[in-house]
Amino acid sequence: MTVAVHPTSTGARRGTGRGRDAVPGALGLLTVVALWEILPTAGVVNPEYLPPFTEVASALADQLGTSTFWTALGQTLRGWAIGLAISMVAGIVVGMLIGSSRLARELTASTIEFLRPIPSVALIPLVVLLYGSQPKSALVLVVYAAFWQVLVQVLYGVADVDPVIRDTARSYRFSRWARFRQVVWPTALPYVVTGFRLAAAVALILEITAELVIGVPGLGQRVGVARSSGATDTMYALVVVVGLIGVAVNASARTVERRVLRWHPSVRRESA
Amino acid sequence: MTSTQIPGATDVTDPATDPATDLALDVRGLKKVYDGQGRSVEAVRDLTFSIERGSLVCIVGPSGAGKTTLLRCIAGLLGITDGEVVLDGERVTSPPAGMAVVFQEYGRSLFPWMTVRQNVELPLKEKGLRRAERRRLVDEALAAVGLTDSEDAHPWQLSGGMQQRVAIARAVAYEPTVLLMDEPFAAVDAQTRADLEDLVRTLWKRLGVTVLFVTHDIDEAVYLGQRVLVLSNRPTVILEDVAIDLPDERDQLETRSTPRFAELRHHVYELIQQAKRGHRPDGEAPA
Amino acid sequence: MRIRHLLLQLLKAVALPIVLVTIWWVASADSTSFFWPPLSEIVKTFPETWDWDRIQHDVLPSLARLAIGYTIALVVGVALGSAIGLSRTLRAFLEPTLEFFRAIPPPILVPVIAVFAGYTGWTGKIITIALGCLWPILLNAVEGVRGLDEVLVDTARSYRLRRRTRFAQLVLRGSSPQVAVGARQALSIGVIVMVISELFGANRGLGASIVQFQRSFAIPQMWTGIILLGLIGFALSVVFRIVEHYSLAWYRGLRQADRGA
Repeated sequence: MTVAVHPTSTGARRGTGRGRDAVPGALGLLTVVALWEILPTAGVVNPEYLPPFTEVASALADQLGTSTFWTALGQTLRGWAIGLAISMVAGIVVGMLIGSSRLARELTASTIEFLRPIPSVALIPLVVLLYGSQPKSALVLVVYAAFWQVLVQVLYGVADVDPVIRDTARSYRFSRWARFRQVVWPTALPYVVTGFRLAAAVALILEITAELVIGVPGLGQRVGVARSSGATDTMYALVVVVGLIGVAVNASARTVERRVLRWHPSVRRESA
Repeated sequence: MTSTQIPGATDVTDPATDPATDLALDVRGLKKVYDGQGRSVEAVRDLTFSIERGSLVCIVGPSGAGKTTLLRCIAGLLGITDGEVVLDGERVTSPPAGMAVVFQEYGRSLFPWMTVRQNVELPLKEKGLRRAERRRLVDEALAAVGLTDSEDAHPWQLSGGMQQRVAIARAVAYEPTVLLMDEPFAAVDAQTRADLEDLVRTLWKRLGVTVLFVTHDIDEAVYLGQRVLVLSNRPTVILEDVAIDLPDERDQLETRSTPRFAELRHHVYELIQQAKRGHRPDGEAPA
Repeated sequence: MRIRHLLLQLLKAVALPIVLVTIWWVASADSTSFFWPPLSEIVKTFPETWDWDRIQHDVLPSLARLAIGYTIALVVGVALGSAIGLSRTLRAFLEPTLEFFRAIPPPILVPVIAVFAGYTGWTGKIITIALGCLWPILLNAVEGVRGLDEVLVDTARSYRLRRRTRFAQLVLRGSSPQVAVGARQALSIGVIVMVISELFGANRGLGASIVQFQRSFAIPQMWTGIILLGLIGFALSVVFRIVEHYSLAWYRGLRQADRGA
């Protein structure tokens, strides 16, 4: 008999049974907040370096009342979304094209393996020269970094098509488009979604980096400004906001993933 | 516990010595209730049986009878709600020293990052045996299961039947008082299964180890055991303790075609059918 | 036949890179554009730009900081991750907090750590690199330990493996494939943070040099820096793969066996 059935699937993400863990989890967050308040107040940590939580919270409240903050938030999100969208489309199209031909896969493999690990920050000097602190600078970095995540996942997905199903589709003389629509796309979809989740996180990292380093308008730039003007509490407040955006991005990407994967019996591995 | 003899059976389990001192395993009033989420499930109600040293006893029950729960309780892997499990005169509260378990999921009970030899040797290292002693035990155990040539392979390079042989070799090398086997052959093909059944009989006789063999396969239980304990459905109790009075020398073809084998098989089969319908021993309230 | 096959594979692997580099070379040959100097000029500039002095004072220190920060993240991440993965209570308590810290883009930590340690000096940079690399390793270690096969855990218990053996032979080995996934993510984050951490204040280092070239409009030198950084990123991923290839050989075999079945 099996009372305690543990799922042994390797790739299943957490997500079920979350409600039960909510109470200790909230306690954990409260503990962090309490420490953040007590340590600087008690002088264990220099409050000039780490202002108490309440001060940061009031700085955050101040920020929420300014239009600068909301403009910066909008700029960050817009840059992130546009970059992500471009890299999704480019990654899917290129991935499908390369993936559909064995020769194309073999010819491009080494180039992809070489270009992929090149850190996108290497391009910072180039985009600064070309575009200065315009949003385009951030866009190039975001697209470069996120594109590879999508492309590689799409390639895995196309390679995963069951040869028997592929042969079946051919033997019934499916058109090229029908083969793609009915066979390749459904198989690759879970991988595309995984690529989306990975790309969403990477895109945010690069967007913030570009704002912080190059001065592209957005929250990252505001963090830099707060830091150089000595407004440490505002800096922490903005970092918390950036963290919350990150949480929201991860959570929504996972929700999208679960939605789409629900229709798929196969649970895809992230690692591959 | 009811110990019934079916007609025509002669008593094969005639204890020559005082049974109280020659018990390898003694399970008394074992009860297991799972608590969780405001409701509790009574998996095992009241189990009492004992196993003489050096005997081979099979446990069969309908699917969902709590066989695995029972085995995990005996192995000390799962806490029990009431009653006690006594191995070699010692109460079992955590996995005891004198016990080795062979799990059904052979592929998952072997360490995939170790070779066959390392898998067999690891528990011996933990016992603190010297190198020479370990080498002897591992060599003997691998030879006994016929895997001497595969000692440097990794488990996943072997077939399912061979992997289960590795698990058996590991258990044998450990020199346990009691060897617990949890449906060990449920996931191997029929021919391999017959070979492995004979392997278990051979090892049991040669090494004098006490074996408790859990299975859902009636034929396997009757073929292997000296006794067969038939379980009820949940909450589990023992429906009957059937003595298997087949000759000691067993053979896949000969033994299985004897009338006596058919009778015993028939009897156990009926018990299982009753168990499935919810039949319970006298005076027991149904679940 | 075998040799021909290998040659063909090699040809396929180098064909596209050769074509691309040739196109770049030819297309940029007569370039008078300030931003796109001829590739021949970039190649010529490379050795004189990255001489021993520069390697010693910029490249190696950057890589050393990366190595130290990454190692700290690996040790701390695996240790904490195993502890959290083994304890259901700890996991429930810490999970949302970890989710939050994981979600903070690592480069934003550069100004935060600088508040404590300043922009120059090694300490702040190493802490930033370590913090950036920590989360993917830690969270994957938690997942890896949580995903240990329960039959294997039961086996280890029933053979009474000692705590230390169980940790070394079961927990660490068993979670290593998942940890490797996190370690690979962490490596690319580490390179990013390594560069970013040098871009503020007066600094030396690989990232600082490249930005310095750009600010002084030494364009061919800047291009050599971009190429060098790319080569380093590629080399690190190759090293990582080699290490992974040998240490996780068993895992590859296991997965292949599973698929074949």
